[in-house]
Parts: sequence; C-alpha cells; structure tokens
Amino acid sequence: MIGQDLQIVLPEIVLSVYAMLALVAAVYGGQDRTAPLVLWGTAGVLVLTGLWIGTGIDETRTAFGGSFVDDAFARYAKVLILFSAAAILLMSQEFMTRRNLLRFEYPLLVALSVVGMMVMVSAGDLIVLYMGLELQSLALYVVASLRRDSIKSTEAGLKYFVLGALSSGLLLYGASLTYGYAGTTEFTGIVAAAEDGVSLGLLFGLAFLCSGFAFKVSAAPFHMWTPDVYEGSPTPVTAFFATAPKVAAMALFGRVVFDAFGGVVGDWQQIVAFLSVVSMFLGAIAAIGQRNIKRLMAYSSIAHMGFALMGLAAGTALGVEAMLVYMSIYVAMNIGTFAFILSMERDGVPVTDIDALQMYSTREPLKALAMLVLLFSLAGVPPLLGFFGKLYVLRAAYDAGLAWLAVAGVIASVIGAFYYLRIVYYMYFGEERDALDSGGAPVLWGFLMASAAAMVFGVLNLFGLEPLAAAAAATLVN
Amino acid sequence: MGNLLSLTTFFPLLGAVILAAFLRGDDAAAQRNAKWVALATTATTFVISLFILFDFDPENTGFQFVEEREWLMGFTYKMGVDGISVLFVMLTTFLMPLVIAACWDVTHRVKEYMIAFLVLETLMLGVFMALDLVLFYLFFEAGLIPMFLIIGIWGGKQRIYAAFKFFLYTFLGSVLMLVAMVAMYTQAGTTDIPALMNFTFGSETFGPLGFQIVGGMQTLMWLAFFASFAVKMPMWPVHTWLPDAHVQAPTAGSVVLAAILLKMGGYGFLRFSLPMFPVASDLLAPPVLWLSAIAVVYTSLVALVQEDMKKLIAYSSVAHMGFVTMGIFALNQQGLDGAIFQMISHGFISGALFLSVGVIYDRMHTRDIAAYGGLVVRMPAYAFVFLLFTMANVGLPGTSGFIGEFLTLIAAFQVNTWVTAVAATGVILSAAYALWLFRRVVMGDLIKESLKSIKDMTTREKATMAPLVVMTVLLGVYPALVLDLIGPSVSDLVAGVETALAEHETATMMAAQTEAAQ
Repeated sequence: MIGQDLQIVLPEIVLSVYAMLALVAAVYGGQDRTAPLVLWGTAGVLVLTGLWIGTGIDETRTAFGGSFVDDAFARYAKVLILFSAAAILLMSQEFMTRRNLLRFEYPLLVALSVVGMMVMVSAGDLIVLYMGLELQSLALYVVASLRRDSIKSTEAGLKYFVLGALSSGLLLYGASLTYGYAGTTEFTGIVAAAEDGVSLGLLFGLAFLCSGFAFKVSAAPFHMWTPDVYEGSPTPVTAFFATAPKVAAMALFGRVVFDAFGGVVGDWQQIVAFLSVVSMFLGAIAAIGQRNIKRLMAYSSIAHMGFALMGLAAGTALGVEAMLVYMSIYVAMNIGTFAFILSMERDGVPVTDIDALQMYSTREPLKALAMLVLLFSLAGVPPLLGFFGKLYVLRAAYDAGLAWLAVAGVIASVIGAFYYLRIVYYMYFGEERDALDSGGAPVLWGFLMASAAAMVFGVLNLFGLEPLAAAAAATLVN
Repeated sequence: MGNLLSLTTFFPLLGAVILAAFLRGDDAAAQRNAKWVALATTATTFVISLFILFDFDPENTGFQFVEEREWLMGFTYKMGVDGISVLFVMLTTFLMPLVIAACWDVTHRVKEYMIAFLVLETLMLGVFMALDLVLFYLFFEAGLIPMFLIIGIWGGKQRIYAAFKFFLYTFLGSVLMLVAMVAMYTQAGTTDIPALMNFTFGSETFGPLGFQIVGGMQTLMWLAFFASFAVKMPMWPVHTWLPDAHVQAPTAGSVVLAAILLKMGGYGFLRFSLPMFPVASDLLAPPVLWLSAIAVVYTSLVALVQEDMKKLIAYSSVAHMGFVTMGIFALNQQGLDGAIFQMISHGFISGALFLSVGVIYDRMHTRDIAAYGGLVVRMPAYAFVFLLFTMANVGLPGTSGFIGEFLTLIAAFQVNTWVTAVAATGVILSAAYALWLFRRVVMGDLIKESLKSIKDMTTREKATMAPLVVMTVLLGVYPALVLDLIGPSVSDLVAGVETALAEHETATMMAAQTEAAQ
C-alpha cells in the first residue's frame, strides 16, 4: 500500500532528494565553481521531471488516503510550473553572474519552492495544502531578499514575509473554521458536509480561505505586496514570481473551490467574481501612472489574474479550461517580457524606467518588434495569442450567466491597453535619448524570440493545448 | 484554384515577410528595393484578385470560393465572398498599389513603412472575406496595430495623440462587439456567418432590472455591434477620432483610412446587423436615420470653416458616410445598392482627394488653405484632376459620387421624408465647402512668392491619379458595372430582412391574441 502511495508522489520525492543532494554537493564543491553547474543541473532536472509527469500515466490516482491527488488537472499545472521555472532559471544565469548574485542556493531554493507548488496543486486535504503552500512561500521569501546588500531587496523580502505570514494566517483561520464545521480536513469530506448547503461557519471558512488564496495570486484587494516585491527583488526573481507561483496559486484556488466546495458553486462564485472584477480594474488603472517597468508588470499581472479568476468564477468545466489556457498563455507572455526586461541595461547597469526605451526600435529593430508583439498580446489585441486567452475566459463567463463580468472585463482591457501602448510609443515614436546597451545574452534573446513567435503562431492551433486543458478541467469538475 | 481567397489575402503578408527577412540596410538602393517589392506585391495581389472578379457569378446569392478548415474552440477558418463583399475586396486590391506609389518619396524607415502597409492589406482583405465571427474579429481588430504604427511613426506633429485616440476609440467600440459575439456563439452554438444569418435570435421583449428592452437580445447585440461599426464608420457623434487621425496620418495612411478602413463599418452593418438582427435593425432604424441626417449637415457645416485641407476632406468623409448609413437603414433595395455604391465610389474619390492634398503638401509642406492660391497658373494638370475630384465629391451627375447619393436619397425618401429633406441640404453644403476649397487653393491669381516656382504633377503622380480618374468617371456614366454585380445579393438580403420582420410581426400578433384570449 505504502509502496503505491510513494510511487504516486515519486516526482516530488525525486525533486526533493535532488535538491538536498545538490545542496550537500555544492557546499563541498565551493560557491564559485558549482553555482552555474547547479543552476543548469536544476533546470535540467525540472525539465526532465516535467517531461516525466507530462508523458506518464493518464489516469486519476490518489495517495495517502485521498490527501494527495494526481489527476490530469494537477499534471497540467505541474508541467506548466516545472517548465516555466526551468525557463526562468536559464534566463537568470547571465544576469546574476555579472552582478555577483549567482549562488547555488538560488536554483535550489527555486527547486524546493517548485516542490511546494507541486504539492499544492495535488492537495486533497487542507493540511497537505498548507504544507505545500508554506514550503513554497518560505523558499520564495528567501529568494526575494537574495540581494542581501540592497535595501530594496531586503525590504521586498521582509514585506513579502510579513504580508505572506498574514495571508497564511487568514488561510489557516479559514481552514480551522472549515475543519470545525465540516469535521474533516479532507476535501471529499468537506464536499459531503456541504451537500445540503453550507452552514454559516463553513461559509466563513470558505471566505477566509478565498482571501488567503487571493493573497497568493495577488488579486485585488489583497494585492498590496505585489508592486513592492516585484520592484525590490532582483529581476530574475521577479520573473519567477510572475510565473510559476501564480500558476500554482491559481491551480490551488481551483482545486479547493471545486474539490472541497464543488457542490456550492453559488456561494463562492460571487467572491471570485468580485475579486476578478476588482483586480481587472485595479490592474488596468493603477498601472497607468507607473514609470518603472517592473512595477508596471506587477499591476499587469494583477489585471491578468483578474481575467484568469473570471474563468474560475464561471464555476464550470469550461471555465476551468479557460483558466488553464489563460495561465499557460500568461506564463508564455511573461517569460518573453521578462527576457526583454532582463536585457534592458545601460553601461551594464540594469534599467527599469520605461523612459529609457525611447526609440529603441531604431537600434534593435528585431527585439523591439518581438516586444511589440508581446505587448499587444498582453493587451489582448488580436490576432495574438493573448486575445485568445481573453476570449476563452469571456466565453466561459458569459456561458455561466456572468455577462456583466464579461462586459466589465472587456472595458478593463481597453483601459489596460493604454499603458502597453505607451511602451510601444516609447519604443517606436519617442525621441532619441541615451541609448540602452544593445546585444545582450543569447539565452535572453532566444526566449524573447521564442515567446513572441509563440504569440503569433500559437493562433494556428494553440500548440495542441486545448484538448489537454479540456481533459484537465474535466477531471476537476464533474 | 481552391485557395484563391487565401492566396489573395496572404500574398501581401508574404511580401512583408520577404521584405523583413531579406532586405538589409537603409541606403537609397535598399529603400528603392523595398518600394519596388511592395509595389510588385500589391500589383500581383490585384492581378490575383481579378481572377475572383472574373469567376464571380453575380446570379449566385450565396457565398462563393468558400474555403473551410478546422480551428480552435470550435471556430472555423472560413473564407468566402458574395455580391456584397466582392467589390470591397476589389477596391482594396485596386487601391493598394496606388497607395504604395503615393509614398514613393518617403525616406524615413521605408522598409518598415512598406511592411506595415502590406500587413495592413492582408488584414483588410481578411475582414471582407472572413465567414467566421471570430476570424472576422481577428482581422477587424488586428488592422489597428499597423495603422497605429503608421500614424505614430510617420505622422505629423500631433501624431502621438492622434494614434492613441484612434486606437483606444476603435478598440473600445469593438470589445463590446466581442461580448456580443460570445453571446451569439453561446446562443447559436456556431460562429459560422452563413449559419448565423439563418439563425433567428430572440426578439421577445424582456425586462432585466426593471428596464423593458424592446426587441430583446437582438436589440442588445445590435447595440454592441453598432458601438463598433458606428465608431469605425464613423457616425456622428463618435466621429471625433477621424479628423485627428486623418490630419496626423501620412498621405498614404490617410488614403487607406478613408478609402478602405472606413468601409469596414458599413460592411459590418450589411454583413451582421441587417441579416442577423433584422428586428432590432428595423426597430432602431429611425434614430440611425436621424443620426445620419445630422451627420451630413453638421459635418458639412464644420467642414466649411476648416483651415486645414486634410481636416476639411476628413469632415466631408464623415458627411458622405452619413449617406451610407442612411441608405443602409432605409432597409430597401435602392438604399443598400446606393450605400454600397457610395462606399465604393467614396473609396476612389476620397482616396484621390487625399492624394491631391499630398501632391501639394509634398511640395510646400503645409496643408493650410491660406498658404495656397492660384495654383492653376503653374499646375494645370493638377488643377484639372483636383477639379474633377472636387466635382465628384460634390456629387455632380456624370461622376460616381452622384449615383450613390441619389440612390440613398431616393431610398430614404420612401421611409422618412423629413430625414431626406435634411440630408439633401447636405448636397448643397458639400458644394459650398468643396467649391470654396477649390476656389481658395487653385483659382485666383498666383500672388504668393513661395508658390511661384511650384512644379506640376510628375509622371508618377499622374500615373497614380489616372486609374482613379478613370474609375470615377466610368462608374459615374455606367453604374451598372457595380449594381449588376451587387444587385442579386442585395435583393436577397432585403428579402431576408422583410421575411424576418413579417415573421416577427405574426409572432407578436399571435402572442397578443393569446394574451387577449386569456
């Protein structure tokens, strides 16, 4: 019995064991020599684990008495998390080496947080959920303050820690209320307890759980930490925050509301719809005044989370499918955008002011074009892939009778288009200023181009993601 | 030739890719090569599109040359043309080589300029051929990107303001259409345009939140589509982006904007609003007719006081588009015939007028009317061309401008005489502003020092104008060329709308009777 259970969590075990072994080996090997090796090794292990999970068995299995679930939904999210984490690691190497930031702890902390995320998306029990969430968060707090000698970076780490602890507190409170009124921490038990409608206590538990998750996905009104943490952390870390943890938190959100509260969609639908609409508008409006591209991307991610939540708010299989597709496209766009931001330098010093991009297109036509594609895709302008993400969630929301949410979403997307367009305006029709350095690492160039190309050519068939997302959604919602 | 439409649509894109991939450098030779590649591509596209025209069967009111492939989310990649769209396709392919020729003197970032126009041509052609809602939306919206760049990079002093206004205005209009499209997909279960034309959307009055919405879902969807097309058209009072965009855009950009992009709004009404929401169209036709009449008079009056030539022509475009919406929402054969004819003819005339402004702008670098006068002395050929197109703009019989205006006025007269009376004054006003413009720019004595050495049109400029002159006069004396082609499809559309209205009326009466019986 235990053998079968362990086999199901084998990928997580392999990744943890790898992280611990690599930690020991790196300590003996010395900082300078091993750091790049560990980084490449970790990226390789993440990709291999992703391939393993992605091409493995194709059925729903549960381990440890139902507290760990391995279904198509979890696998979809895990593959997305693993691949995006690997991509971010590869993108960080050059940036961190040149700033003397590259320590072997960084890739290993990323690997450990990825283990936490994998546990999160597979959770079938409130305790497992919390364990995964904390493993992820603790690793993230440390990487946020990776740059120990910078006030901004330590501030970011501290803010993230304090507010993260607050959100964990909210979540735990919700979990204990849920346990108190449902009598069990297992999702299957909670569903059964909520069968004849939720009691008031359970409803409170649900609301607190949702608040905790909203914190983790940085949905308004629980978004305050996002801009500061994005700005203060070293850029590769920001890129990481913008991708894998968002996917994990969103998948966890979906997991809990459907697996534990799937019978009472109406009760959480209004909460999620509210989070969605507030996030979309806040992300769209607050970003208008930002001059720092990292803060701007923070607000952009808040708005995007609002759209992904719109899919969740639908409360249907179509909605979950839309959410998964949206998150995949979002991650692909963000990897490209951050590859571009990582290459923004003047005399070797990173620049984050969008003003510095003035007339970038005359010096680096190809990179500017790729960024143009990504920006229009982020804004959701057809024919780029970002538009299809929006179309998916709009359809799901309308289908579920949330027409008002769909209308609010498209209006927010028009407001949001303004600040993406402004970057285009700087790059293409601004005035000549001090030039940014041209060139940049080939890895960044490669990711930027691949991401932009994906935005264009993905329109043909979405790279076959659609049936996968549909299958994943089908296992979550039944 | 099963892929004729896709070939036509994507051929310009191929040219753009070739330019982007193989052309290096920014010296004079590279610039010349870029222009020649673009010209050859657009000319070839025109030749390919001629095959569509020759093989087109006007008697067949269905869609022809249909291509269909599977796509995402149950959408299809489906292309086809019918009598309503075929001429817009031809208009686009016909004008694009002239547009490329018109920007022959551009020296700033020529390669990118050519790429932008080629991409834009693909997207415009796609709009007129798409037979799937989402595919249509894709092409319709994507056209904003190259146009945003064309205005923003190669435009005038206020180009940034104009580019943002253009983009956000039209974007806001069309996202509402997107929601309506999602709603249609949910209700009908398909995004196939021919299937949706035969689908009857609910038109029962319902009252959410205490408002009584007469015409039900049809009205709501109609309004969402209207938000998009009215901005694109543009109709008064949402026309304000157009003068800014026109004035700031480079000459070639203005030509494309006036001659082709504006037609997408009218095409949208004909393709979506009328056949898919006939009850709502009938219900909301009176306000649209009045808006059109106001547009005609108001923008003509505004045009009278303009001091910038491009702005004047831009306002006159809005006035002429007023005739188009009036014709469309007269909902009868003459009206639709006239509207389509007016759009085609306006494509030639407004394009030519913007080219004419471009000719003297290239020489004097100002568009102020006050800076000119007496050009006829040194530019006789130019004076002739400009006079011809001024007359066509006024709607002189014998030019294509007359036919469209006359048909739409006849059509509107059958529906609402007051609207027609108001709109007809627009014909007089258009004569006032157009002839006055001509008087101030071309006639009189040549007294301004700066104009004493101005040169007449070059061979290239004459060659660019010549096809437009031919088309304007040809369609003016022999309108059957257009009307025979569009006639069957239009009468089919009108019959469809009338049937739907009759059905709706019977259904309403039945409902009223059952209610009375109870």
